[in-house]
Amino acid sequence: MTIAGWALILSFVGVLLALTKPVGLWLFALYEGRRTPLHHVLGPVENGFYRLAGIDPAAQQGWRRYAVHMLLFNTALLALTYVVLRLQGVLPGNPQGLAGLSPDLAFNTAVSFTTNTNWQSYGGEGTMSNLSQMLGLTIQNFLSAATGIALAFALFRGFARREAAAVGNFWADVTRITLYLLLPLCVVLTLFYIAGGVPQTLGGVVDVTTLEGARKTILLGPVASQEAIKMLGTNGGGFFNANSAHPFENPTALTNFIQMLSIFVIGFGLTWTFGRAVGNTRQGWAILAAMVILFLAGVSVAYAQEAAGNPVLHQLGVAGGNMEGKEARFGIAASALFSVITTAASCGAVNAMHDSFTALGGMIPMLNIQLGEVVIGGVGAGIYGFLLFAILAVFVAGLMVGRTPEYVGKKIEAREVKLAVLAIAVLPLIILGFTALSSMLAPGLAGPLNKGPHGFSEILYAFSSAVGNNGSAFAGLTANTPYYNALLGIAMWLGRFFVIVPMLAIAGSLAAKKHVPESAGSFPTTGGLWVGMLIGIILILGGLTFLPSLALGPIADHLAMIRGQLF
Amino acid sequence: MSKTNIGQELSSAVRPAIVMTILFAALLGIVYPLAMTGIGQALFPAQANGSLVRDAAGRVIGSTVVGQAFTSERYFQTRPSAAGEGYDGLASSGSNLGPASRVLAERVAADVAKRRSEGVRGAVPADLVTASGSGLDPDLSPEAARAQAPRVATARRLSVGQVRALIDAHVEAPLLGAPHVNVLALNRALDGLSPEVFGR
Repeated sequence: MTIAGWALILSFVGVLLALTKPVGLWLFALYEGRRTPLHHVLGPVENGFYRLAGIDPAAQQGWRRYAVHMLLFNTALLALTYVVLRLQGVLPGNPQGLAGLSPDLAFNTAVSFTTNTNWQSYGGEGTMSNLSQMLGLTIQNFLSAATGIALAFALFRGFARREAAAVGNFWADVTRITLYLLLPLCVVLTLFYIAGGVPQTLGGVVDVTTLEGARKTILLGPVASQEAIKMLGTNGGGFFNANSAHPFENPTALTNFIQMLSIFVIGFGLTWTFGRAVGNTRQGWAILAAMVILFLAGVSVAYAQEAAGNPVLHQLGVAGGNMEGKEARFGIAASALFSVITTAASCGAVNAMHDSFTALGGMIPMLNIQLGEVVIGGVGAGIYGFLLFAILAVFVAGLMVGRTPEYVGKKIEAREVKLAVLAIAVLPLIILGFTALSSMLAPGLAGPLNKGPHGFSEILYAFSSAVGNNGSAFAGLTANTPYYNALLGIAMWLGRFFVIVPMLAIAGSLAAKKHVPESAGSFPTTGGLWVGMLIGIILILGGLTFLPSLALGPIADHLAMIRGQLF
Repeated sequence: MSKTNIGQELSSAVRPAIVMTILFAALLGIVYPLAMTGIGQALFPAQANGSLVRDAAGRVIGSTVVGQAFTSERYFQTRPSAAGEGYDGLASSGSNLGPASRVLAERVAADVAKRRSEGVRGAVPADLVTASGSGLDPDLSPEAARAQAPRVATARRLSVGQVRALIDAHVEAPLLGAPHVNVLALNRALDGLSPEVFGR
């Protein structure tokens, strides 16, 4: 580890803390439905959309209607992407002349991008035409992110409203978030990326004769416009197979820094928005404190492990840290940091290959996903996932002191706790169930590239990533088979909507409740004790659930690595 | 909310779901990327088209951004690559080999032996014998370039000092990343230094 490395990590967190309140304020304006300066330009677009679709943005929806409209919209988007990918061969915008995708791959990819997972069963280049990237994938990157933030708004309203029947209007939330937050930021980011060296053209391939006289092909496309929303919306699906490790997606240390900031900036802001929505910004800062502590703990372990390097290679006379799968321009600190950010959030973009990390260095990204991606988390999904843990934490605290638990002015009762447990328990069940299945069945066992415990890690990572809607991978796994495409597709859909629906039910149930003023008997949810409770609950639940499987994968891998035992 | 059944809820959502999908598809899937392409091409034409590098005759010889393979002893050689057969612009990829992989250990051992035969002593710089994440890494660490200086100097009948100075002049040390040298830029400078030895 170096001083420069730690300076990078701490300045990253510092910049985000400085952005938290301004971004949170902007999000709060959208949450409230207030006018922003951008309404002068984009207001007519917003109103035009409502008129054509027959939407009354002021009509309030109860949680069931909000859920039904959200689900149907996502299903329509799924269908659009599936059709575009299947028909790619006959549609325009296809300079490489690529064929349409197979049904299982098109299904997997459509689910993947609708659920904000962006798991890539395909290699970006040589599979997707320019039109597919734009019309099939970029649009999902925007709308899955907007859906996530809208759902977080609905849950915030559940806590904030008193004896109310409704949690907002889904269409108004999604449209405003897209038009007044994601789109303008992406315009700025796209131009920044192009200036830094990311291509943005409708052209396809360029033939090159290298300095040594070899004939090579360079692939171009509308990369920058996809890259901007890929990071900002915590999507993570790359234009190229190598994702943000590819020099065209992420050419410099500066673009890398901006990409890392983009992944977290909305998540940081939403914690502040939550605090403001429930009338006490310290509630938001307490959540952010717990998240940042967990984040820095993960970074410390991953960075230390990667900087220490691989003893197997040291034996062969290789110096220093682990550079397998990492780019020279980023080095070890920026690669380890990126890996923890992308898995703490549900982004899943990678600037280095997690599969080639040291055993414990690679375990941190996996563990981040398994903890539910609540450390900052995906846009919207992170904070609503975290609030489910907060409900459990006040429940546990209530049991310890023998009082009815309350959180930000609402009584937490049996219904909320049951729903929170349902949402939280479904994820490990699917991850571990599908991993176990794939470790026994022939088509599952055909997947891993690596032998020994690392092969098991590849399977475990894949299902953690799919269910957690992350999208990063131990990419040695050959996942583009009907078996994995189908199973991972199902895992992604369940992982997204089996959290969302119980969460919305909690929002509806909370909105209907009376406000309980804070009293001397209330458990304070702003101080250090509360932050410790939150961290404890997340680590104990995640740890107890996944420790046995991690022992079979990365931990066994680590013991082999330090003994020099090869597979 | 009054007691509405799920069927009514669904039918009320059909029109907005379909119309909004079409409208957003037009805005985000067509207008946004095309507008960005137009603006990007106007403001930053070189970068938007891949930062291509041309030789004196105007032929494209590469990109400053994306790496290409160098295997000749007269050039600074690039890192091992897992992209296709090596530096394949249509198949970017890392090796994805785990830390205790026998395949990885054997590959690295072979590369270390090769570097030893070229006179590299002491610990071998890690990036010189490991595959990058993309397989298209355009850079080397300064250490990995310096380790090759004696070989390049011999092949081009230059002094090691001259070659070292050339490396130092090409080191970029970004505040937010790692110090590195762009191999294509370095090798073009090398050709500028001793074109008579490596005539084309």
